[in-house]
Amino acid sequence: MKPETIYGLIAEFGTPAETIHAAERVRDAGFRRWDVFTPFAVHGMDRAMGLRNSKVGWFSFIGGATGYGLGNLMIWFMNDANYPILVGGKPMFSPFAAFPPSYELTILLGAFGAILGMLFLNRLPRLHHPLLKHRRFALASHDRFFIVIETSDPKYSETETRKLLEEAGSKHIETVGD
Amino acid sequence: MAEAVLTTTLKVQAPPRELEREPLVANQRSLGWLSDHIAGIAEGKAPRWWWFAFIPSFFALCVLGAMLAYQISTGVGVWGNNHPVMWGWDIINFVWWIGIGHAGTLISAILFLLRQRWRTAVNRAAEAMTIFAVMCAGIYPALHVGRVWFDWWLFPFPNAHGPVWPQFRSPLMWDVFAVSTYFTVSALFWYVGLVPDLAVMRDRAQTKVRQFLYGLFALGWTGSNRHWSNYEKAYLILAGLSTALVLSVHSIVSLDFSVSQLPGWHTTIFPPYFVAGAIFSGFGMVLTLLVPLRKLCRLEDVITLRHIDFMCKVTLATGSMVGYAYAMESFIAWYSGNPYERFAYSNRAAGPYAWGYWTMIICNVVVPQFFWSKKLRNNLVVVFIISILVNVGMWFERFVIIVVSLHREFLPANWGYFRPSWVDICTFLGTLGLFFTCFLLFMRFLPMIAISEVKGVTPQADPHHPLGGGKPGGHPW
Repeated sequence: MKPETIYGLIAEFGTPAETIHAAERVRDAGFRRWDVFTPFAVHGMDRAMGLRNSKVGWFSFIGGATGYGLGNLMIWFMNDANYPILVGGKPMFSPFAAFPPSYELTILLGAFGAILGMLFLNRLPRLHHPLLKHRRFALASHDRFFIVIETSDPKYSETETRKLLEEAGSKHIETVGD
Repeated sequence: MAEAVLTTTLKVQAPPRELEREPLVANQRSLGWLSDHIAGIAEGKAPRWWWFAFIPSFFALCVLGAMLAYQISTGVGVWGNNHPVMWGWDIINFVWWIGIGHAGTLISAILFLLRQRWRTAVNRAAEAMTIFAVMCAGIYPALHVGRVWFDWWLFPFPNAHGPVWPQFRSPLMWDVFAVSTYFTVSALFWYVGLVPDLAVMRDRAQTKVRQFLYGLFALGWTGSNRHWSNYEKAYLILAGLSTALVLSVHSIVSLDFSVSQLPGWHTTIFPPYFVAGAIFSGFGMVLTLLVPLRKLCRLEDVITLRHIDFMCKVTLATGSMVGYAYAMESFIAWYSGNPYERFAYSNRAAGPYAWGYWTMIICNVVVPQFFWSKKLRNNLVVVFIISILVNVGMWFERFVIIVVSLHREFLPANWGYFRPSWVDICTFLGTLGLFFTCFLLFMRFLPMIAISEVKGVTPQADPHHPLGGGKPGGHPW
């Protein structure tokens, strides 16, 4: 039988305030490969973890700009370059008539950008995750809060890390198999 | 000076108890209770009332299938549309259904940007309503072209007819883009909101099949804060985009009318007036759905009377805006001095369809005024009846705009009268069947309240609140 490898240490907390204070301690101890798992987005947790502002906005901006440009280009090509028909003496291409469809395409591709960007940054979908096999971890979607420090973190040490999490106030610490 | 600074207390007193906000979830329900109770609605056996609602809805859906088959195989002549009323119930119902969808987006997007935290209890159901309403709406333009199998000509596909492309100077083409974008973005926004709740369903699943399916659609969501950080940002951006979208969709629908030169249609007030009416009718439908459902699903602690009260106030506000728009339309018709415009309006109020006009005025302008009374806003029977009257009134608004403007235009020789055919009526009832079938299936299989969002607005989710582990006496922020 293969020896079981360890994915990390999982520490359980009961309230968002405890979790935030514990996360601040883990952040200050200099860990890099660790995460907090909560049933809802906890206000202030990003700062407690030392996360920077999310980059999703850039994906959405690029999507939206592409949408607007593409919309105008498409309408110009279709109604002016490739297949011009004169309707009531109106110009073949006008940015005003092209605005409504281009505006909708801005929103459409901006939304695609936001969602695909979010999934890309989160590396989702990822249907197999060591934590999802852990017995108590299902409570992370219910009413508990968890901090997980991975063994792959350079600062990880079985005893020291456990001590840190205990000092941070967790009453329930376990190892998670990989 | 220095002493004065030192003696200043650094702590702020906790606000007096009577100034604390009423919590959004009543009866001090815990986080676990929210998961159990809300997810529980979509688990276990369907209650009897569900079948009593589902069977007639499904029957109506079958009627819709039969009507569409009959119409496609025979032609649009089976509808009551005639000369000069070329747009009849098809476009009335299209605009009506699209409008209903708008409240869902208002709740999910605009109220999110305005930080109205009460929206969390109703946004999931309202967004589902949006999607199903847009599906019902989409049927009509697709079918009213007559030859459904050429619908793809509406989209800019490269084709073998030589260079033949759609003509983008027509508002009808703008509509194609607006409605299809609206459906896509609403569905995506709804799905993104569902992901954390699908993870809740996955973690609670008792059978392998449920675990697999919920797990698949939850995309492996773990509740990681690194994920929440990107997720919240994406959600915020989607809310911003949807706000811009929802205001544009009904504006573009209104341009279908106002870009033409028909008296009664050719007015600049149409875009804002249509958007206000859309939100008004949508809130009518949200109340029609949620007032009975909160009772049947025992959700009184999540959708409290305060939530109903807020929605009634929005209904009152938008209803009054619509009333203002009616008044302005008539005033401008008189003030413009244009005889055709004046005739169009006197014909609405006193012509052969005056009954439709006055039904509209009573249902949309007079009836919502009852919501000025807090007593009536808290009386669920009254709220339910008014919400249905709002839907009726908004249907008649579209009837008045479309049929009544068309039936007597410039030349008296072109005047006519419109009566719906039985196919019109059955198709409309059929779309109601499609809507309710989809909605009932949704609430049986998916959490109809955004579990993780409602958890996030409870006091125990707030790290600064004593219930969330914050130090007692500390100021919330």
